[in-house]
Amino acid sequence: MNTNANKTGTSRRGFLKATSLTGVAFALGFSSTDAFASPVLNLSTKPGLALPEAAELTPYVIIEKSGRIIIMNPRPEIGQGTYQSVPALIAEELEVSLDKVTIRQTGGEPKYGELWSQAVGGSGSIRGGYTQMRKVGASAREMLIQAASQQWNVPLSECFAEKGSIVHKPTGKRLPYGQLAETAAKLPVPKEPVLKDPKQFTMLGKSMPRPDVPLKVTGQAMFGIDASVPAGMLYASIERCPVFGSTLVGFDAAQALNVKGVRKAVKVERVVGKNRYEGVAIVADNYWAAMQGRKALKVTWKHNGHDTFNSADFENKLRELAKTDGVQGHNVGDFDKSFADSASQVEAFYETPIVSHSTMEPMNALAHYKPGVDAAGDKVELWVSSQGGDLVRDEVAKVLNVPADNITVHVLFNGGGFGRRLTQDFATEAALLSKAIGKPVKVVWTREDDTQLGPFRPMTFSAMRGALSADGKAVALQHKVIAPSIDATMNATYDKTKPDATMLEATNEQKYEIPNLNTRYVHADVHVPLTYWRSVTSSTLAFAHECFIDEMAHKAGQDPLAFRLAMLTKDSDAKRVLMKLKEVSGWDQPLPEGKGRGIAQWEFFAGLAGQVVEVSKDKDGGVKVDKVYCVIDLGTVVNPDTVQAQVEGSVAMALTAATKAGITFEGGQAVQKNFDTNQMVRINEMPPVEVHILAEGGPVIKGVGEPGLPPLAPALANAVFAATGKRIRKLPFDLGSV
Amino acid sequence: MATVKLTINNRPHTLDVDPDMPLLWAIRDVVGLTGTKFGCGIAQCGACTVHLDGSPTRSCSVPVSAAAGQKITTIEGLSKNADHPVQKAWIEHQVPQCGYCQSGQIMSAAALLKQTPKPTDADIDAAMQGNICRCGTYGRIRKAIHSASAEMASAPKMPKSTPKIGKR
Repeated sequence: MNTNANKTGTSRRGFLKATSLTGVAFALGFSSTDAFASPVLNLSTKPGLALPEAAELTPYVIIEKSGRIIIMNPRPEIGQGTYQSVPALIAEELEVSLDKVTIRQTGGEPKYGELWSQAVGGSGSIRGGYTQMRKVGASAREMLIQAASQQWNVPLSECFAEKGSIVHKPTGKRLPYGQLAETAAKLPVPKEPVLKDPKQFTMLGKSMPRPDVPLKVTGQAMFGIDASVPAGMLYASIERCPVFGSTLVGFDAAQALNVKGVRKAVKVERVVGKNRYEGVAIVADNYWAAMQGRKALKVTWKHNGHDTFNSADFENKLRELAKTDGVQGHNVGDFDKSFADSASQVEAFYETPIVSHSTMEPMNALAHYKPGVDAAGDKVELWVSSQGGDLVRDEVAKVLNVPADNITVHVLFNGGGFGRRLTQDFATEAALLSKAIGKPVKVVWTREDDTQLGPFRPMTFSAMRGALSADGKAVALQHKVIAPSIDATMNATYDKTKPDATMLEATNEQKYEIPNLNTRYVHADVHVPLTYWRSVTSSTLAFAHECFIDEMAHKAGQDPLAFRLAMLTKDSDAKRVLMKLKEVSGWDQPLPEGKGRGIAQWEFFAGLAGQVVEVSKDKDGGVKVDKVYCVIDLGTVVNPDTVQAQVEGSVAMALTAATKAGITFEGGQAVQKNFDTNQMVRINEMPPVEVHILAEGGPVIKGVGEPGLPPLAPALANAVFAATGKRIRKLPFDLGSV
Repeated sequence: MATVKLTINNRPHTLDVDPDMPLLWAIRDVVGLTGTKFGCGIAQCGACTVHLDGSPTRSCSVPVSAAAGQKITTIEGLSKNADHPVQKAWIEHQVPQCGYCQSGQIMSAAALLKQTPKPTDADIDAAMQGNICRCGTYGRIRKAIHSASAEMASAPKMPKSTPKIGKR
């Protein structure tokens, strides 16, 4: 992730002290009341209360004279636990427990971007900021110690930090941070503060309660959709064409404007990467009126030939394209020669679907465009559920042509992200609408909008070829990916002649010692907008890759785990994961007739995990998922309970993607509109998940949010084969009849 | 527009609204209680679950006029101090991830336990499968419901009926 440590030049107020190296600051001189002026919302602020308006910019650690310690969290909370895990990195070194800290969310202000990005994605928050954020806390601690030693006129070595105070060891005197902060703020910031010995950690590495949980069980947690401004806020629902590539011919809003509460019908634009989509916003006094007005709106679209696009034809196109060579991604050895010369060959073709993110909180944004009254120019203020306040700021600046410094972003709790909220179309669209109507406006997408309008996770098809030696060893493997490209649908500058690293993601990163490995990408054009989805292309490529390894094992007449271990003669994290899986799943214990287990592992940019899935045949020709064992390899762990939760959630999401309908197109638009047709795994379908974390500490830190996802589909399909003899090569598949 | 009188969390509210407005939007946009969430609008996800006279109800699919005269309880009114056994169990098991669906999950679970104080896993499946959690917190929801059930069973109970005391 970004660690923009070299940027400098942020302006500072006189009472602030900070360095771009540590990001430490002490802010003093604020009023000591709760009316702390912050650029961000307290995430538990209830609507209707006055929102903070002033914008005193302060880096990550703020200590008020009153003693209140505020930690600025640069990483939005989307369910992955960064509202606890990131502040805990600072608090651990600062020697203060999180329940004594006020946590606030940054909103993309440049000063918080000096150390790293304020966006969450790629399972990057802990692996990217573990040391950097600890240094922030440690620098603050050292400055407070120095301030105390000066005040008491005692040696530094006699002072230490403990529970929000500095203690003088010989006398037992103590001063709380609030009384030292003003002096501390005048001291130079240590560039290389001494970090704690991990043995002394009180929070890191231990399962700790998350401070957002009490807010989330009482309805107090504020999500983007809950934001409001006190004066003049309007609501909007926007009619957009579900047939991508359509243009607006015209609209008749006469009946819509007759709906009580409807104020206006306004053309508005949605920008998704290189794509621009027109829509008609119905603006009203409340959201229900806006939705009723939208139903009465008559819009004429020109589909520009896109209303014939359908999944069956597109999938056939991918199958045809599979016959072409595409471009080479990665190559080791000589695949063609090895394949031709080997004792036996295996070939198989795998298919996966387009899927939606379907965060439980539909896309929405509250935007207030304020025309400039002076030389400073126009300003925009937004309240959003977004995976990056900096992403919002940059995109709004670009689309509305407003200076980034004139944009204020309040990032609230995200009701799910999964990659969808890395695209800020919902925010720019609301900002454009606010500009058009001259009022603050909250745009809320219906579930139908959210399901049908993308951007979606692309499907990938995989043509797999492998070869075995006479003694049953894998000697050659080719993974050819046939797929549309995320990058191509978002960026006008996409180059089709080059291999697409995202669409080939990790196909060359598995640790299997196969002497001849070839990966290829065949590009398929599509006009449907595509984007990152939890674990990105690994979410589909792992299915093909790890099922095919199973097919090779079967051809070789070997146990699937033994076959994999035979390709892992050198020590590796992947080998360690498989060995642990073998142990915890009881792999060597035979299962009764009618049951089967499958295994898969996947290593990619986010990290590494492996799973064993156990299934049993039911009497109706289906299978039931009995149990999922997961081993996730981390190196260093911050909150084991959060890791467990993320793996459990990854399993649920992967199971939905593997066994539910996904998104299909007919007549140019998504067939699925809401949760009745775009189904999600529910509680009765959730298998027990047993999570094992490999983390012995040390410098290696791998990601948490995504690695639990890719192994599920292949481990499940391999288990179905073990139980039934039926190979699953196409997702989704129906667990009820395999 | 019409005047609709609602009792939400034991407080009376008089609303001037379209009587067809779903209760969900009346609660969120008009009354200003945002703990109840919009998820699908067609009673498929359960994020909007509230209690109507104690019964779990998808507020997105009930016209506000139909809720008049009934006792409406939202997540904000489930307990005074976040101490309903279900809320305590949710904290104990650290159930929420993104948390968006959890108001609805908790309201469904609280209604289940009122009806069925010792639910089996099958009872939990039946009562909770109307609530989608995209983060996949289902395993923890199940454990938390069992925990809440155990706590409710061990808590001292008021006698079912107290004798009426009349005048001599």
